[in-house]
Amino acid sequence: MKARRLLPRLSLHSQRALMGFAFTIPFAVGFALFLLYPFVQSVMLSLSELSLSPDGFTTTYVGLRNYHHALFVDPQFRRVFVETLGGMLIDIPAILMFSFFAATILNQKFRGRLLARVVFFLPVILGAEVFVQIDQTHYMSQALGMASKGIVDIEHMKVIFGNTTATKSAVEFLMDSINRIPQIIQASGIQILVFLAALQSIPPSLYEAADVEGATGWESFWKITFPLMVPMFMVNIVYTIIDTFTSPSNRLMMYIKSSAWARGGYGVSVAMSWFYFLALLLILGVAVALVSRGVHYES
Amino acid sequence: MRASVELQPLAKIRGMGMRIARHRLHPARLGSLAWATFRAVLVIGISFVIVFPLLVRSSLAFRAVEDMMDMTVNWVPRNLTLVNFQIAMKHMDYLKSVAITTLICLLLAAIEVAMCMVIGYGFGRFSYPGSQLLFGLVILSLMIPPSVVMVPLFLNFRYFTIFGLLKEPGLNLIGTSWPLILMSLTGTAKKNGLFIYIVRQYFKGVANELEEAAYVDGASPLRAFVSVMVPNAGPILMVVFLFSFVWHWNDLFYSDLFLKGMKVLPLALQSLTERFAYSWADPNIDGSHITLVSSAAMLLYIVPLLILYAVLQRHFVESIEKTGIVG
Repeated sequence: MKARRLLPRLSLHSQRALMGFAFTIPFAVGFALFLLYPFVQSVMLSLSELSLSPDGFTTTYVGLRNYHHALFVDPQFRRVFVETLGGMLIDIPAILMFSFFAATILNQKFRGRLLARVVFFLPVILGAEVFVQIDQTHYMSQALGMASKGIVDIEHMKVIFGNTTATKSAVEFLMDSINRIPQIIQASGIQILVFLAALQSIPPSLYEAADVEGATGWESFWKITFPLMVPMFMVNIVYTIIDTFTSPSNRLMMYIKSSAWARGGYGVSVAMSWFYFLALLLILGVAVALVSRGVHYES
Repeated sequence: MRASVELQPLAKIRGMGMRIARHRLHPARLGSLAWATFRAVLVIGISFVIVFPLLVRSSLAFRAVEDMMDMTVNWVPRNLTLVNFQIAMKHMDYLKSVAITTLICLLLAAIEVAMCMVIGYGFGRFSYPGSQLLFGLVILSLMIPPSVVMVPLFLNFRYFTIFGLLKEPGLNLIGTSWPLILMSLTGTAKKNGLFIYIVRQYFKGVANELEEAAYVDGASPLRAFVSVMVPNAGPILMVVFLFSFVWHWNDLFYSDLFLKGMKVLPLALQSLTERFAYSWADPNIDGSHITLVSSAAMLLYIVPLLILYAVLQRHFVESIEKTGIVG
C-alpha cells in the first residue's frame, strides 16, 4: 500500500509516454555513447596532437594547427576535396534522374520485367566496398586495362577523333562523363526501389479516369504521376546526398581514412573530416531548401 | 463454308481485325511499337552495364597466365583453368573466412532486427516530450560521416573502460566483434538509422484497432508489441534482416577499423590483393597472376551473396513495396 502512495498512479497518457521512452531508450544511450561522445572527442582531437602509449593516449592542445595543416600543408587534400565534391554535384542529379526513369520503366508491363528488376537491384547486393579499393590501388589491372576498364577506351577515342590538343580536352570530358555512367547506375538501386514502391501505390483509378477523359499517356504522366512523385524526390535527394557523402568507397573518405594512420596523423584526419561534414551539411541544406519549395504534401 | 464463318466466336473475329490493323500500322500502334523497342534497348543496355564487371571478372578468373599474353584471347579463355580459384581459396582461407563472416553477419543482423524493431516501434506508436527531437537525432546519426567519429571510436574501443567505469587502461576490444555488437545493440551501427526510419514508417501506418484490440484483451504495451505487432510485421522484418546482412557482408570500413586480425572475408580479400601486389620479390608469384587471382577472389567473395539473392530475390524486390515506406 505504501509503495502505491509513493508512486502516484500515472494517467494513461503518461503511461504511454513512459512506455515510448522505454522503447527508444537504447538508441538514446547508443547515440550518447557511440556518436555524441566520440563527436565531442573528435572536436577536441582536431584541436590537439595525439600520442599513443601502451597504457592509454595523451593529447596536447595545438589550436587550429591541424586545420591549417589540412588546408595548406597537405599536398593532396584540397585537390581531392574539390574533385570529389565536383564529381558529386554531377552524380547526385544524375542518380536521381536515372533512378526515376528506371523506376518508370520497371513499373510498365513488358516481357522479362521480373528479370530486369532482379538485374537492376543487383548493385545493392554486390556493392562490396573492398572491390572499389582493389580497383583503385590495383596498378597491375589498370596497366592491363582489364578489371577496371571503362565501357569505352580513351585511347580508341583519341584515335578516332585525332590526338590534337583541341579535341583532346573535349574527348577527355566526354569520356569522363561516359565512364561515370556505370557508377551512377550502380549507386541507384535503393532510389529505384523507393520510386518503384511509390509508383505502385498510385491508385489505377486515377489513370482510368484520365483515360476516359481522353488524356494521352504523356499527359497523364505529367499531370498524375509526376506530382505524386515529388515528395519521393525529397526522400531520395536526402538519401542520395547522405549515401554518396558517407559511402566509404568515395575517394575523399578513403583519403581521410588513410591519412589517419599516415602523413599528418589523427588530428589532421579529423580536421579534414570536419571540413567534409560541413560541406555535407551545406549541400544538404541547399538541396532541401530548393526542393521543399516545390513539394506540396497532400494532407 | 458460310455457316462456319458465322459460327466463329466473337473474340476470334476481333483478333482478325487486330491482325488487319497491325498490317496497316496505325500511327498509335507504330508509336507504342517504337517505345517498346526503345525500352528493350535501354533495359538491355543498362543491364549490360550492371553485369559488365561481373563478366570481365569471370572471364579473367578462368584464364591461365598464358592467356594474358595471348592477343587472340578477348573474352573466352583458351586455357580454361581453376588454378586461380585454388590459389585464392588457399590464401584467403576461404571456407573458414566464409563461415566466420556468415556467423558475424547473422548475429549482427539478428541483433539489428530486434533492436530496430523495438526502437522503431517506440518512435512509430508513442510520443512523449522530446521524442521528436530524439528521432531527429536518428536522422542525424545517418548524416555524420563515419570518418568524423572514426578515430575517437577506435580509441574508445581500444582502451575500453565502459566510459570511465573500468580502471585505466581498460580492455582492448579491437580484433573482436564486440564493438560492432555493442553498436548494433544500441541501433547506432552501419545505416541503422535507416532501418529505424523504415520500421517507424511502417508502424505509423498500422491501424490503431489492432493494438486497441490487444489492450481490450488485457495485454500490456510490451505484450501487444511482442504478440500482436511483431508477428504482423513479417515483410519489414525481412527487409531489415536482408539489408543488414548484406551491408555487413560488404562492409570494409568498420571491419578494417574494429576486426583487425580476424579471419573475415573483406579483410582476407584485402590482404590477398596486397600480398600479390607487393610480391615482385617472390619468384613463386608471376606478375600477371594478380589480376587473375584477385578476379577469382572477388567472384568467391560475392558467390554467397549471389546464392542468397537467387533464393530470396522476390523478397528483396517486393518487400520494400509492402513496407509502406512510401506513405
